[in-house]
Amino acid sequence: MTNTELKQTANEVRKSIVKAVHSAKSGHPGGSLSAADIFTYLFFEEMNVDPKNPKMEDRDRFVLSKGHVAPGYYSVLAERGFFPKEDLLTLRHTGSYLQGHPDMKHIPGVDMSSGSLGQGLSCAVGMAAAGKYDKKDYRVYCLTGDGEIQEGQIWEAAMWAGFKKLDNLVVIVDNNNLQIDGAIDEVCSPYPIADKFAAFNFHTIEIDGNDFDQIRNAFEEAKQTKGMPTAIIAKTVKGKGVSFMENQAGWHGKAPNDEEFAIAMADLEKAGEQ
Amino acid sequence: MADVKKIATRDSYGNALVEVGKEHEDLIVLDADLAGATKTGTFQKAFPERHWDIGIAEANMTGIAAGLSTCGKVPFISTFAMFAAGRAYEQVRNAVGYPHLNVKIGATHAGISVGEDGATHQCLEDLALMREIPGMVVINPSDDIEAKAAVKAAYEHVGPVYMRFGRLAVPVINDTPDYKFEIGKGIVLKEGTDVSIFATGLEVCEAMEAAKMLEADGIHAEVINIHTIKPLDNELVLKSAAKTGKVVTVEEHSILGGLGSAVCEVLCENQPTKVLRIGVNDVFGESGPAAELLHKYELDAEGIYKKVKAFVK
Repeated sequence: MTNTELKQTANEVRKSIVKAVHSAKSGHPGGSLSAADIFTYLFFEEMNVDPKNPKMEDRDRFVLSKGHVAPGYYSVLAERGFFPKEDLLTLRHTGSYLQGHPDMKHIPGVDMSSGSLGQGLSCAVGMAAAGKYDKKDYRVYCLTGDGEIQEGQIWEAAMWAGFKKLDNLVVIVDNNNLQIDGAIDEVCSPYPIADKFAAFNFHTIEIDGNDFDQIRNAFEEAKQTKGMPTAIIAKTVKGKGVSFMENQAGWHGKAPNDEEFAIAMADLEKAGEQ
Repeated sequence: MADVKKIATRDSYGNALVEVGKEHEDLIVLDADLAGATKTGTFQKAFPERHWDIGIAEANMTGIAAGLSTCGKVPFISTFAMFAAGRAYEQVRNAVGYPHLNVKIGATHAGISVGEDGATHQCLEDLALMREIPGMVVINPSDDIEAKAAVKAAYEHVGPVYMRFGRLAVPVINDTPDYKFEIGKGIVLKEGTDVSIFATGLEVCEAMEAAKMLEADGIHAEVINIHTIKPLDNELVLKSAAKTGKVVTVEEHSILGGLGSAVCEVLCENQPTKVLRIGVNDVFGESGPAAELLHKYELDAEGIYKKVKAFVK
């Protein structure tokens, strides 16, 4: 895909996020929107996946460690054809398979259930270790939040992954700088993030995570990196694409009302015309 | 009984892993710096490439096992019960239980018989914690033979299984030609008419000894080995309780949430029966030699005998 196509696709993903969260009357739009470009690049450009065969044995794996941004994950899966886009409107509804947090048992394309912060990276490490053990060449991608890395288990997982030289593993930190209680460097600063992963024997790359050139280059560099896992620290804008949500911690876990929904959709329609 | 063969079920665990691992190449053992104590060192020697030490990081070990299982491996995670069911409880619930992954948990050093290490390491809550997780099978074997059978059955079962093993060497009691292990099926070891004693783990042997003492007093106790706490053999519980009208449960676990609670749940909903729960009475353990602690907390044959005798009077 060209960058223009990727941008258009990401904009469609953003529309789906806003629609799904509005329909659910709850959920997490801020971090879904910040990571929408990364989601789009992973599922349309980077990963070897087949929507018609979601359990394909040698597929690349993805673990959404920051499981609360399920609206972003589901929206990109639907955009890629894993399930119908109209199902996104059932997000969080009673009886829907689109649970509030990713459920691998019922959602095509979801490789691991997640939602309790800090746990997903360990699961991704297990998948990467299985790939090495079986001498397979699939790769494993794990998206974490920047607030999430306050959880100690992230560093337990990072320590073992670095120690075991799992170069088939890429961790992407969605560094939108905001968590529920405010700015991450005011709540409990994880900075310097890249230095921390480097200290755990990761190759690190710092990028603008809303810029497709930089996203592309980072994943290419990760593929060329041998003998160590890669951590991509992706600086992003929380709520990206929706004017009143951008850089607002308050939109971490809140759904837009009808008026806000109209403004958000107008913002995204306008972005799509550019 | 002086020449009776005694083996700790943690040794059985290590030995059984080697046996099952020989037949199944997808079996991978994970440990958290305790291979010597959990006895997976035996497996490590036989299959070094399939024994992964994760370091002192039980939460991470549990998550890695979950990831491995999604790639077709059958991971057995091994650590002390305190850390498997306690430290990593939420990882077991959310990363293994919720997606119903094929992860096996070998939890050693359970109960007060851990001994000298004391309360911090004597897990008395694991059966309760694991029993609450939907779809989790919970097995607490009584001796070497049963522990080895449990490991084999756990491998064959598709889904998460929690196995509880002990540090203390305990008598081999199931070396009979007709012994058969089946997940969820209790075993009547001695028939009786006056009281039903449902015991689990190392308490099965103690309960059998207590039953002999009761027999000398003219009390005919039925002794049932409940090796599977979940799914519980409801049918057998109800059948035996209907026959004797009095029920005793014995476990090296808190009286809250374990076998005693499970048996009470079944009885009170179906045929209310008077129950005496023998276990650790909502207190922490302490340091001391295992045999002395079992005696002090009245979890040895003598303690069980006294309590059951008073109960049936």
